[in-house]
Amino acid sequence: MTLEATKYDDGTVTCPGHPYSHNGAEPVGTIDLSDREAEVVTWTTSSATPPGVRQPNHIAIVEFDVDGERVRVLGQLTTGDVETGDTVKPVYAEELREPGAGIREPESQAWDGYRFEPV
Amino acid sequence: MDVAIVGASMTEFGDREGEWIRDLLAEAAAGCLDDADVEPSDLDHLYVSNMASGEFEGQTGVMNALAHDIGALGAYTQRVDQTSASGGAGLYAAWQSVASGASDLTMLAGGEKMTHRSTSEATDVIASLTHPHEYKHGVTLPSFAGMTARHYLEKYDAPRESLAEVAVKNHENGVDNPHAQFRKEIDVETAMESPMVADPLRLYDFCPITDGSSALLLCPADEAERYADDYAVVSGIAGATDTHVVHERADPTTMGAVVESGETAYEMADVGPEDIDVAELHDMFTILEFLQSEGLGFFPEGEGWKAVREGTTKRDGDLPINTSGGLKSKGHPLGASGVAQVYELYKQLTDDAGARQVEADTALACNVGGFGNCVTTTILERP
Repeated sequence: MTLEATKYDDGTVTCPGHPYSHNGAEPVGTIDLSDREAEVVTWTTSSATPPGVRQPNHIAIVEFDVDGERVRVLGQLTTGDVETGDTVKPVYAEELREPGAGIREPESQAWDGYRFEPV
Repeated sequence: MDVAIVGASMTEFGDREGEWIRDLLAEAAAGCLDDADVEPSDLDHLYVSNMASGEFEGQTGVMNALAHDIGALGAYTQRVDQTSASGGAGLYAAWQSVASGASDLTMLAGGEKMTHRSTSEATDVIASLTHPHEYKHGVTLPSFAGMTARHYLEKYDAPRESLAEVAVKNHENGVDNPHAQFRKEIDVETAMESPMVADPLRLYDFCPITDGSSALLLCPADEAERYADDYAVVSGIAGATDTHVVHERADPTTMGAVVESGETAYEMADVGPEDIDVAELHDMFTILEFLQSEGLGFFPEGEGWKAVREGTTKRDGDLPINTSGGLKSKGHPLGASGVAQVYELYKQLTDDAGARQVEADTALACNVGGFGNCVTTTILERP
Protein backbone atom coordinates (compact mmCIF):
# COMPACT_ATOMS: atom_id res chain seq x y z
CA MET A 1 0.00 0.00 0.00
CA THR A 2 1.31 3.39 -0.94
CA LEU A 3 0.07 6.93 -0.42
CA GLU A 4 -0.05 7.68 -4.09
CA ALA A 5 -0.27 11.11 -5.70
CA THR A 6 -0.90 11.57 -9.42
CA LYS A 7 1.15 13.87 -11.63
CA TYR A 8 -0.47 15.35 -14.74
CA ASP A 9 0.77 16.57 -18.07
CA ASP A 10 0.34 20.20 -16.96
CA GLY A 11 2.77 19.69 -14.04
CA THR A 12 0.12 19.66 -11.32
CA VAL A 13 -0.09 16.91 -8.70
CA THR A 14 -3.13 15.74 -6.71
CA CYS A 15 -3.81 13.12 -4.07
CA PRO A 16 -6.12 11.35 -4.71
CA GLY A 17 -5.67 11.18 -8.44
CA HIS A 18 -8.34 11.84 -11.04
CA PRO A 19 -8.80 10.91 -14.72
CA TYR A 20 -7.83 14.51 -15.56
CA SER A 21 -6.22 17.43 -13.69
CA HIS A 22 -8.14 20.55 -12.69
CA ASN A 23 -7.02 21.99 -16.02
CA GLY A 24 -8.04 18.93 -18.04
CA ALA A 25 -4.52 17.50 -18.45
CA GLU A 26 -3.98 13.73 -18.54
CA PRO A 27 -2.02 11.80 -15.87
CA VAL A 28 1.61 11.07 -16.66
CA GLY A 29 2.66 9.14 -13.55
CA THR A 30 2.36 8.58 -9.84
CA ILE A 31 4.44 9.63 -6.84
CA ASP A 32 4.66 7.69 -3.59
CA LEU A 33 4.21 10.05 -0.64
CA SER A 34 4.26 7.37 2.06
CA ASP A 35 7.94 7.86 2.97
CA ARG A 36 7.84 11.68 2.93
CA GLU A 37 7.08 14.21 5.63
CA ALA A 38 4.35 16.86 5.45
CA GLU A 39 3.26 19.98 7.33
CA VAL A 40 -0.10 20.41 9.07
CA VAL A 41 -2.11 23.14 7.32
CA THR A 42 -5.12 22.87 9.62
CA TRP A 43 -6.82 20.26 11.77
CA THR A 44 -9.83 19.48 13.91
CA THR A 45 -11.06 16.98 16.42
CA SER A 46 -14.53 15.84 15.52
CA SER A 47 -16.58 14.59 18.45
CA ALA A 48 -19.81 13.93 16.50
CA THR A 49 -18.79 11.14 14.16
CA PRO A 50 -20.85 9.03 11.75
CA PRO A 51 -21.43 5.28 12.11
CA GLY A 52 -18.23 3.21 11.98
CA VAL A 53 -15.91 6.15 12.66
CA ARG A 54 -13.72 6.35 15.77
CA GLN A 55 -14.74 8.93 18.35
CA PRO A 56 -13.18 11.41 18.70
CA ASN A 57 -11.79 11.62 15.19
CA HIS A 58 -8.68 13.76 14.75
CA ILE A 59 -8.39 14.92 11.13
CA ALA A 60 -5.96 17.22 9.33
CA ILE A 61 -5.16 18.69 5.96
CA VAL A 62 -1.41 18.34 5.48
CA GLU A 63 0.87 19.63 2.75
CA PHE A 64 3.71 17.78 1.00
CA ASP A 65 6.40 19.52 -1.03
CA VAL A 66 6.82 17.44 -4.18
CA ASP A 67 9.65 18.97 -6.21
CA GLY A 68 8.33 22.46 -5.50
CA GLU A 69 4.69 21.53 -6.13
CA ARG A 70 2.56 21.80 -2.99
CA VAL A 71 0.33 18.74 -2.63
CA ARG A 72 -2.35 18.70 0.05
CA VAL A 73 -3.81 15.53 1.52
CA LEU A 74 -6.59 14.98 4.05
CA GLY A 75 -6.26 12.23 6.61
CA GLN A 76 -6.81 11.10 10.15
CA LEU A 77 -4.21 12.01 12.78
CA THR A 78 -2.80 9.48 15.22
CA THR A 79 -3.28 12.02 18.02
CA GLY A 80 -5.11 15.24 18.78
CA ASP A 81 -1.93 16.68 20.26
CA VAL A 82 -0.90 18.70 17.19
CA GLU A 83 -0.58 22.32 16.11
CA THR A 84 -0.74 24.02 12.75
CA GLY A 85 2.74 23.89 11.18
CA ASP A 86 3.77 20.64 12.87
CA THR A 87 5.67 18.11 10.78
CA VAL A 88 3.95 14.74 10.35
CA LYS A 89 4.65 11.46 8.60
CA PRO A 90 2.23 8.91 7.10
CA VAL A 91 1.50 5.74 9.11
CA TYR A 92 -0.40 2.89 7.46
CA ALA A 93 -3.72 1.71 8.94
CA GLU A 94 -5.53 -1.41 7.69
CA GLU A 95 -8.96 0.00 8.42
CA LEU A 96 -9.65 3.71 8.85
CA ARG A 97 -13.40 3.23 9.23
CA GLU A 98 -15.63 0.19 9.62
CA PRO A 99 -16.87 -0.82 6.15
CA GLY A 100 -20.63 -1.22 5.96
CA ALA A 101 -21.43 0.68 9.16
CA GLY A 102 -22.25 3.84 7.21
CA ILE A 103 -24.32 4.47 4.12
CA ARG A 104 -21.52 3.85 1.58
CA GLU A 105 -21.52 0.45 -0.16
CA PRO A 106 -18.56 -1.45 1.37
CA GLU A 107 -17.38 -2.90 -1.96
CA SER A 108 -17.38 0.50 -3.67
CA GLN A 109 -14.11 1.75 -2.22
CA ALA A 110 -11.00 0.93 -0.17
CA TRP A 111 -11.04 1.41 3.60
CA ASP A 112 -7.34 1.22 4.42
CA GLY A 113 -4.97 4.17 4.14
CA TYR A 114 -2.61 6.46 5.99
CA ARG A 115 -2.95 8.43 9.18
CA PHE A 116 -0.53 11.23 9.97
CA GLU A 117 1.72 11.06 13.01
CA PRO A 118 3.68 14.02 14.44
CA VAL A 119 7.43 13.63 13.95
CA MET B 1 -37.23 37.05 -20.94
CA ASP B 2 -37.36 38.56 -17.45
CA VAL B 3 -38.75 36.26 -14.78
CA ALA B 4 -40.81 37.25 -11.73
CA ILE B 5 -41.62 35.52 -8.47
CA VAL B 6 -45.33 36.01 -7.81
CA GLY B 7 -46.03 33.64 -4.95
CA ALA B 8 -44.18 32.04 -2.04
CA SER B 9 -44.77 29.88 0.99
CA MET B 10 -42.95 27.87 3.60
CA THR B 11 -43.97 25.38 6.21
CA GLU B 12 -42.93 25.60 9.81
CA PHE B 13 -39.35 24.34 10.01
CA GLY B 14 -38.34 21.97 12.81
CA ASP B 15 -39.25 18.50 14.07
CA ARG B 16 -42.37 17.63 12.10
CA GLU B 17 -42.99 14.27 13.71
CA GLY B 18 -45.35 12.03 11.79
CA GLU B 19 -45.11 14.11 8.62
CA TRP B 20 -43.01 12.86 5.73
CA ILE B 21 -41.50 14.33 2.60
CA ARG B 22 -44.73 14.08 0.58
CA ASP B 23 -46.71 15.81 3.34
CA LEU B 24 -44.21 18.64 3.69
CA LEU B 25 -43.90 19.30 -0.04
CA ALA B 26 -47.66 19.25 -0.50
CA GLU B 27 -48.18 21.67 2.39
CA ALA B 28 -45.73 24.21 0.95
CA ALA B 29 -47.01 23.76 -2.61
CA ALA B 30 -50.63 24.28 -1.57
CA GLY B 31 -49.63 27.39 0.37
CA CYS B 32 -47.85 28.79 -2.65
CA LEU B 33 -50.82 28.17 -4.95
CA ASP B 34 -53.05 29.92 -2.43
CA ASP B 35 -50.62 32.83 -2.13
CA ALA B 36 -50.96 33.62 -5.86
CA ASP B 37 -54.54 32.35 -6.13
CA VAL B 38 -53.79 29.95 -8.97
CA GLU B 39 -54.98 26.43 -9.68
CA PRO B 40 -52.60 23.46 -9.80
CA SER B 41 -53.78 22.76 -13.33
CA ASP B 42 -52.34 26.16 -14.33
CA LEU B 43 -48.77 24.91 -13.74
CA ASP B 44 -46.72 24.12 -16.85
CA HIS B 45 -43.60 23.00 -14.95
CA LEU B 46 -43.11 21.70 -11.41
CA TYR B 47 -39.63 21.31 -9.91
CA VAL B 48 -38.79 19.65 -6.60
CA SER B 49 -35.51 20.44 -4.83
CA ASN B 50 -34.53 17.55 -2.63
CA MET B 51 -31.20 16.02 -1.70
CA ALA B 52 -31.87 12.62 -0.26
CA SER B 53 -35.48 11.52 0.28
CA GLY B 54 -34.47 8.06 -0.91
CA GLU B 55 -31.65 7.79 1.63
CA PHE B 56 -33.54 9.43 4.50
CA GLU B 57 -36.97 7.93 4.01
CA GLY B 58 -36.93 5.39 1.20
CA GLN B 59 -39.19 7.61 -0.90
CA THR B 60 -38.00 8.43 -4.40
CA GLY B 61 -39.92 9.99 -7.28
CA VAL B 62 -40.97 12.92 -5.11
CA MET B 63 -41.64 15.23 -8.09
CA ASN B 64 -44.18 12.78 -9.47
CA ALA B 65 -45.69 12.32 -6.01
CA LEU B 66 -46.11 16.07 -5.52
CA ALA B 67 -47.70 16.58 -8.95
CA HIS B 68 -50.22 13.86 -8.10
CA ASP B 69 -50.84 15.03 -4.54
CA ILE B 70 -51.64 18.62 -5.52
CA GLY B 71 -53.46 17.81 -8.77
CA ALA B 72 -50.86 19.14 -11.18
CA LEU B 73 -50.98 16.12 -13.49
CA GLY B 74 -49.85 16.97 -16.97
CA ALA B 75 -47.16 19.41 -15.83
CA TYR B 76 -43.53 18.65 -16.67
CA THR B 77 -41.85 17.56 -13.44
CA GLN B 78 -38.22 17.19 -12.41
CA ARG B 79 -36.38 16.56 -9.14
CA VAL B 80 -33.26 18.66 -8.65
CA ASP B 81 -30.46 17.42 -6.38
CA GLN B 82 -27.39 19.51 -5.76
CA THR B 83 -26.96 18.43 -2.11
CA SER B 84 -27.48 21.41 0.23
CA ALA B 85 -27.65 23.69 -2.81
CA SER B 86 -30.60 21.80 -4.28
CA GLY B 87 -32.89 24.76 -3.60
CA GLY B 88 -30.72 27.22 -5.49
CA ALA B 89 -30.22 24.75 -8.32
CA GLY B 90 -33.98 24.17 -8.40
CA LEU B 91 -34.53 27.91 -8.69
CA TYR B 92 -32.04 27.99 -11.55
CA ALA B 93 -34.02 25.23 -13.33
CA ALA B 94 -37.35 26.95 -12.61
CA TRP B 95 -35.98 30.28 -13.83
CA GLN B 96 -34.66 28.63 -17.01
CA SER B 97 -38.04 27.07 -17.69
CA VAL B 98 -39.73 30.48 -17.76
CA ALA B 99 -36.85 32.49 -19.26
CA SER B 100 -36.62 30.04 -22.16
CA GLY B 101 -40.32 30.33 -22.90
CA ALA B 102 -40.90 26.64 -22.18
CA SER B 103 -43.24 27.41 -19.27
CA ASP B 104 -45.63 30.25 -18.54
CA LEU B 105 -46.11 29.26 -14.91
CA THR B 106 -43.61 27.21 -12.91
CA MET B 107 -43.62 26.08 -9.31
CA LEU B 108 -40.52 25.17 -7.36
CA ALA B 109 -40.97 23.27 -4.09
CA GLY B 110 -37.96 22.32 -1.96
CA GLY B 111 -38.15 19.96 0.96
CA GLU B 112 -36.39 17.46 3.19
CA LYS B 113 -37.45 15.12 6.01
CA MET B 114 -34.51 14.46 8.33
CA THR B 115 -35.36 14.44 12.05
CA HIS B 116 -36.48 10.80 12.22
CA ARG B 117 -32.82 9.89 11.73
CA SER B 118 -30.24 10.16 14.50
CA THR B 119 -27.67 12.95 14.26
CA SER B 120 -25.05 10.33 13.43
CA GLU B 121 -27.12 8.83 10.61
CA ALA B 122 -28.11 12.21 9.17
CA THR B 123 -24.49 13.35 9.28
CA ASP B 124 -23.49 10.22 7.34
CA VAL B 125 -26.15 10.74 4.67
CA ILE B 126 -24.83 14.26 4.14
CA ALA B 127 -21.19 13.12 4.26
CA SER B 128 -21.93 10.59 1.52
CA LEU B 129 -21.36 13.47 -0.93
CA THR B 130 -17.62 13.28 -0.19
CA HIS B 131 -14.93 11.60 -2.29
CA PRO B 132 -14.04 8.01 -1.24
CA HIS B 133 -10.62 9.24 -0.07
CA GLU B 134 -12.35 11.68 2.28
CA TYR B 135 -15.21 9.39 3.32
CA LYS B 136 -12.97 6.56 4.56
CA HIS B 137 -11.28 8.98 6.98
CA GLY B 138 -14.67 9.72 8.53
CA VAL B 139 -14.72 13.31 7.40
CA THR B 140 -18.02 15.14 7.85
CA LEU B 141 -19.22 18.56 6.74
CA PRO B 142 -18.85 19.81 10.35
CA SER B 143 -15.23 18.61 10.39
CA PHE B 144 -14.50 20.53 7.17
CA ALA B 145 -15.99 23.55 8.93
CA GLY B 146 -13.79 23.00 12.00
CA MET B 147 -10.62 22.81 9.90
CA THR B 148 -11.58 25.86 7.85
CA ALA B 149 -12.55 27.90 10.90
CA ARG B 150 -9.19 27.15 12.54
CA HIS B 151 -7.36 28.19 9.38
CA TYR B 152 -9.42 31.41 9.10
CA LEU B 153 -8.93 32.41 12.73
CA GLU B 154 -5.18 31.77 12.55
CA LYS B 155 -4.68 33.36 9.12
CA TYR B 156 -6.56 36.57 9.89
CA ASP B 157 -5.98 36.74 13.65
CA ALA B 158 -9.74 36.85 14.13
CA PRO B 159 -11.17 36.35 17.62
CA ARG B 160 -13.09 33.13 18.28
CA GLU B 161 -15.93 35.23 19.68
CA SER B 162 -16.66 36.65 16.22
CA LEU B 163 -18.02 33.26 15.15
CA ALA B 164 -20.23 33.12 18.24
CA GLU B 165 -21.52 36.59 17.34
CA VAL B 166 -22.81 35.22 14.01
CA ALA B 167 -24.85 32.68 15.93
CA VAL B 168 -26.10 35.33 18.37
CA LYS B 169 -27.15 37.64 15.51
CA ASN B 170 -28.96 34.96 13.56
CA HIS B 171 -30.76 33.62 16.63
CA GLU B 172 -31.87 37.16 17.39
CA ASN B 173 -33.30 37.44 13.86
CA GLY B 174 -34.98 34.05 14.12
CA VAL B 175 -37.05 35.15 17.10
CA ASP B 176 -39.25 37.16 14.73
CA ASN B 177 -39.61 34.37 12.15
CA PRO B 178 -42.76 32.34 12.89
CA HIS B 179 -41.45 29.51 10.66
CA ALA B 180 -38.05 29.20 12.38
CA GLN B 181 -36.98 26.05 14.22
CA PHE B 182 -35.38 28.04 17.05
CA ARG B 183 -37.02 31.23 18.21
CA LYS B 184 -34.87 32.09 21.18
CA GLU B 185 -32.02 34.48 21.70
CA ILE B 186 -28.63 33.26 22.88
CA ASP B 187 -25.62 35.18 24.15
CA VAL B 188 -21.95 34.91 23.24
CA GLU B 189 -21.10 33.23 26.53
CA THR B 190 -23.66 30.46 25.92
CA ALA B 191 -22.31 29.88 22.42
CA MET B 192 -18.71 29.88 23.62
CA GLU B 193 -19.42 27.39 26.38
CA SER B 194 -21.58 24.99 24.35
CA PRO B 195 -20.20 21.48 23.70
CA MET B 196 -17.29 21.16 21.30
CA VAL B 197 -18.32 19.50 18.02
CA ALA B 198 -15.42 20.07 15.63
CA ASP B 199 -12.68 22.00 17.38
CA PRO B 200 -12.71 25.06 17.44
CA LEU B 201 -16.42 25.02 16.51
CA ARG B 202 -19.04 24.33 19.15
CA LEU B 203 -22.68 23.30 19.10
CA TYR B 204 -24.00 26.81 18.49
CA ASP B 205 -21.78 27.20 15.43
CA PHE B 206 -23.91 24.60 13.61
CA CYS B 207 -27.37 24.58 12.11
CA PRO B 208 -29.82 21.95 13.38
CA ILE B 209 -31.27 18.91 11.60
CA THR B 210 -34.64 19.97 10.27
CA ASP B 211 -37.84 18.94 8.50
CA GLY B 212 -39.53 21.48 6.27
CA SER B 213 -40.48 22.72 2.86
CA SER B 214 -40.74 25.98 0.95
CA ALA B 215 -42.18 26.87 -2.47
CA LEU B 216 -42.04 29.65 -5.06
CA LEU B 217 -44.15 30.48 -8.11
CA LEU B 218 -42.48 31.95 -11.21
CA CYS B 219 -43.84 33.49 -14.40
CA PRO B 220 -42.73 35.93 -17.12
CA ALA B 221 -42.26 39.38 -15.57
CA ASP B 222 -44.64 40.97 -18.05
CA GLU B 223 -47.36 38.59 -16.81
CA ALA B 224 -46.67 39.10 -13.10
CA GLU B 225 -49.48 41.53 -12.40
CA ARG B 226 -51.99 38.86 -13.43
CA TYR B 227 -51.02 37.00 -10.26
CA ALA B 228 -49.84 39.56 -7.72
CA ASP B 229 -49.86 43.27 -6.96
CA ASP B 230 -46.42 42.99 -5.42
CA TYR B 231 -43.73 40.72 -6.79
CA ALA B 232 -39.97 40.40 -7.21
CA VAL B 233 -37.89 40.07 -10.37
CA VAL B 234 -35.02 37.61 -10.71
CA SER B 235 -32.43 39.99 -12.15
CA GLY B 236 -29.41 37.71 -11.77
CA ILE B 237 -28.85 34.02 -11.20
CA ALA B 238 -25.78 31.85 -11.68
CA GLY B 239 -24.30 28.59 -10.49
CA ALA B 240 -20.70 27.43 -10.23
CA THR B 241 -18.78 24.34 -9.12
CA ASP B 242 -15.59 23.91 -7.10
CA THR B 243 -13.50 20.77 -6.48
CA HIS B 244 -15.15 17.59 -5.24
CA VAL B 245 -12.09 16.91 -3.08
CA VAL B 246 -12.11 19.85 -0.68
CA HIS B 247 -8.42 19.75 0.31
CA GLU B 248 -7.33 20.22 -3.33
CA ARG B 249 -8.34 23.89 -3.14
CA ALA B 250 -5.47 26.37 -2.99
CA ASP B 251 -6.91 28.19 0.02
CA PRO B 252 -9.41 26.57 2.41
CA THR B 253 -10.86 29.98 3.25
CA THR B 254 -11.74 30.87 -0.35
CA MET B 255 -14.88 29.32 -1.82
CA GLY B 256 -14.24 29.55 -5.55
CA ALA B 257 -17.79 28.66 -6.54
CA VAL B 258 -19.16 31.45 -4.33
CA VAL B 259 -16.85 33.94 -6.03
CA GLU B 260 -17.61 32.64 -9.54
CA SER B 261 -21.39 32.42 -9.14
CA GLY B 262 -21.50 35.82 -7.45
CA GLU B 263 -19.52 37.55 -10.18
CA THR B 264 -21.71 36.02 -12.89
CA ALA B 265 -24.95 36.92 -11.08
CA TYR B 266 -23.76 40.50 -10.50
CA GLU B 267 -22.88 40.83 -14.19
CA MET B 268 -26.27 39.49 -15.27
CA ALA B 269 -28.12 41.87 -12.94
CA ASP B 270 -25.75 44.74 -13.76
CA VAL B 271 -25.21 45.46 -10.08
CA GLY B 272 -22.30 45.07 -7.68
CA PRO B 273 -21.93 44.07 -4.04
CA GLU B 274 -22.34 47.72 -3.04
CA ASP B 275 -25.89 47.62 -4.44
CA ILE B 276 -27.11 44.75 -2.27
CA ASP B 277 -29.44 45.89 0.53
CA VAL B 278 -30.10 42.56 2.24
CA ALA B 279 -28.67 39.05 1.86
CA GLU B 280 -29.45 35.51 2.87
CA LEU B 281 -26.23 33.51 3.14
CA HIS B 282 -25.84 29.77 3.70
CA ASP B 283 -24.78 29.74 7.38
CA MET B 284 -24.87 25.96 7.79
CA PHE B 285 -21.82 26.74 9.97
CA THR B 286 -21.02 30.19 11.37
CA ILE B 287 -17.70 30.33 9.51
CA LEU B 288 -19.57 30.10 6.18
CA GLU B 289 -21.15 33.51 6.74
CA PHE B 290 -17.66 35.07 6.77
CA LEU B 291 -16.44 33.12 3.74
CA GLN B 292 -19.50 33.99 1.64
CA SER B 293 -19.66 37.65 2.67
CA GLU B 294 -16.03 37.99 1.56
CA GLY B 295 -16.37 35.84 -1.56
CA LEU B 296 -19.35 37.90 -2.70
CA GLY B 297 -17.38 41.12 -2.24
CA PHE B 298 -19.37 42.56 0.66
CA PHE B 299 -16.20 42.86 2.73
CA PRO B 300 -12.46 42.58 1.99
CA GLU B 301 -10.83 39.17 2.31
CA GLY B 302 -10.21 38.34 5.96
CA GLU B 303 -12.48 41.10 7.26
CA GLY B 304 -15.91 39.47 7.26
CA TRP B 305 -15.49 38.84 10.98
CA LYS B 306 -15.15 42.57 11.63
CA ALA B 307 -18.55 43.26 10.07
CA VAL B 308 -20.42 41.12 12.56
CA ARG B 309 -18.47 42.63 15.47
CA GLU B 310 -19.29 46.16 14.28
CA GLY B 311 -22.99 45.37 13.78
CA THR B 312 -22.90 45.95 10.02
CA THR B 313 -24.72 42.68 9.31
CA LYS B 314 -27.39 43.05 12.00
CA ARG B 315 -30.97 43.71 10.98
CA ASP B 316 -30.51 47.45 11.62
CA GLY B 317 -27.01 47.52 10.13
CA ASP B 318 -25.85 48.76 6.72
CA LEU B 319 -26.07 45.27 5.19
CA PRO B 320 -28.46 42.97 7.06
CA ILE B 321 -27.48 39.32 6.58
CA ASN B 322 -29.86 36.47 7.35
CA THR B 323 -32.87 38.44 8.52
CA SER B 324 -34.75 35.12 8.45
CA GLY B 325 -32.50 33.76 11.19
CA GLY B 326 -30.46 31.91 8.59
CA LEU B 327 -30.00 28.18 8.50
CA LYS B 328 -28.57 28.56 11.99
CA SER B 329 -31.83 29.55 13.64
CA LYS B 330 -34.49 28.91 11.02
CA GLY B 331 -33.21 25.37 10.37
CA HIS B 332 -31.75 23.54 7.39
CA PRO B 333 -34.00 21.02 5.66
CA LEU B 334 -31.44 20.45 2.92
CA GLY B 335 -33.52 20.69 -0.27
CA ALA B 336 -35.71 23.46 1.13
CA SER B 337 -33.03 25.85 2.37
CA GLY B 338 -32.18 27.55 -0.92
CA VAL B 339 -35.87 28.03 -1.63
CA ALA B 340 -36.53 29.39 1.85
CA GLN B 341 -33.69 31.90 1.44
CA VAL B 342 -35.52 33.33 -1.59
CA TYR B 343 -38.85 33.16 0.28
CA GLU B 344 -37.36 35.52 2.87
CA LEU B 345 -36.03 37.92 0.23
CA TYR B 346 -39.36 37.86 -1.63
CA LYS B 347 -41.07 38.85 1.62
CA GLN B 348 -38.53 41.65 2.14
CA LEU B 349 -38.97 43.03 -1.40
CA THR B 350 -42.77 42.91 -1.21
CA ASP B 351 -42.83 44.61 2.21
CA ASP B 352 -44.34 41.55 3.83
CA ALA B 353 -41.59 40.55 6.27
CA GLY B 354 -43.35 41.83 9.38
CA ALA B 355 -41.05 42.46 12.31
CA ARG B 356 -38.10 41.35 10.17
CA GLN B 357 -38.71 44.02 7.52
CA VAL B 358 -35.73 46.06 6.34
CA GLU B 359 -35.44 48.73 3.66
CA ALA B 360 -34.39 46.89 0.51
CA ASP B 361 -34.69 47.21 -3.25
CA THR B 362 -32.02 44.68 -4.22
CA ALA B 363 -31.42 41.38 -2.45
CA LEU B 364 -29.03 38.44 -2.80
CA ALA B 365 -29.23 34.77 -1.82
CA CYS B 366 -26.23 32.43 -1.80
CA ASN B 367 -27.01 28.72 -1.51
CA VAL B 368 -24.04 26.42 -0.89
CA GLY B 369 -23.85 22.68 -1.48
CA GLY B 370 -21.27 20.39 0.08
CA PHE B 371 -18.47 22.51 1.54
CA GLY B 372 -18.67 25.09 -1.25
CA ASN B 373 -18.70 22.34 -3.88
CA CYS B 374 -21.73 23.67 -5.77
CA VAL B 375 -23.16 27.16 -5.34
CA THR B 376 -26.04 29.17 -6.76
CA THR B 377 -26.23 32.93 -6.27
CA THR B 378 -29.49 34.73 -6.99
CA ILE B 379 -30.20 38.47 -7.13
CA LEU B 380 -33.77 39.75 -6.76
CA GLU B 381 -35.04 43.26 -7.30
CA ARG B 382 -38.26 45.17 -6.92
CA PRO B 383 -39.93 45.65 -10.32
